[in-house]
Amino acid sequence: MARVVIDVMLKPEILDPQGKAVEGALSRLGLAAVTSVRQGKTFTLELAGDVDDTTLAQLHTLAATLLSNPVIEDYVIREVTA
Amino acid sequence: MTQGMRIGVVTFPGSLDDRDAARAVRIAGGEAVALWHGDADLHGVDAVILPGGFSYGDYLRCGAIARFAPVMEPLIDAANGGLPVLGICNGFQVLCESHLLPGALVRNDHLHFICRDQQIRIESTTTAWTSSYAAGQEIVIPLKNGEGGYVADSATLDQLEGDGRVVARYVGINPNGSRRDIAGISNARGNVVGLMPHPEHAVESLTGPTTDGLAFFTSVLAGMVNA
Repeated sequence: MARVVIDVMLKPEILDPQGKAVEGALSRLGLAAVTSVRQGKTFTLELAGDVDDTTLAQLHTLAATLLSNPVIEDYVIREVTA
Repeated sequence: MTQGMRIGVVTFPGSLDDRDAARAVRIAGGEAVALWHGDADLHGVDAVILPGGFSYGDYLRCGAIARFAPVMEPLIDAANGGLPVLGICNGFQVLCESHLLPGALVRNDHLHFICRDQQIRIESTTTAWTSSYAAGQEIVIPLKNGEGGYVADSATLDQLEGDGRVVARYVGINPNGSRRDIAGISNARGNVVGLMPHPEHAVESLTGPTTDGLAFFTSVLAGMVNA
């Protein structure tokens, strides 16, 4: 059993209106020190068996095709725990 | 004259404009063929429309899951082979996710879902779906989207404009923050077109603001006759 955590974020040059809306709400709540908010997604995948190189390569393919759209998003495989 | 031209309309779980698209095909004089997302082939149709709606609930990203539906496999091959394909709204999103068209569609810059009768200018009449318009013709058709902001990097936008692949642009207001007011684009060959506003909702005076949208459907039928 392994757990894999993949983060997907909009590329820095892509406007993130949802992050902007959260940013506005945070400042209204008095957190004036917050200067920027970007909103992303986290996927937690549970796998049967260990993550070997083949599986890791498949995870990268999966992350680059389905979980993220490389035109507008970057992904990072943040965590692999056995 | 367009007798026997069969245009497929794909229904994904969550599609909602498939009926209107099929109706527009019939009003234009073609035969509408219902295609199911689980179909393994295209039933020999002469063109395909990917309709608007919220395929798979817009989960993950708009169009991201539909892009891997079984019917998309033969469709992507056929589109690369020259089959006319029109993606409207969610269909446009599916075409971008499939990489049949460059760029992507993101949340409207103002965050609100927008529904309005939108003026657009037809910029390219060399595509399979716009040949019956006059270049520069301004039309009004409904627009309704939450994720309609067209984005691509500057090099891609420059190339689209340089190659005459911007099919339609918003006129008056930019309703969703689309880069360079882009409402629709085509692939290099001109057989694949993605459009955010809805021509299928403007094909008869009883229900539409205009009948300006009809020429998208008559264009492709006329093109088949001439082919």
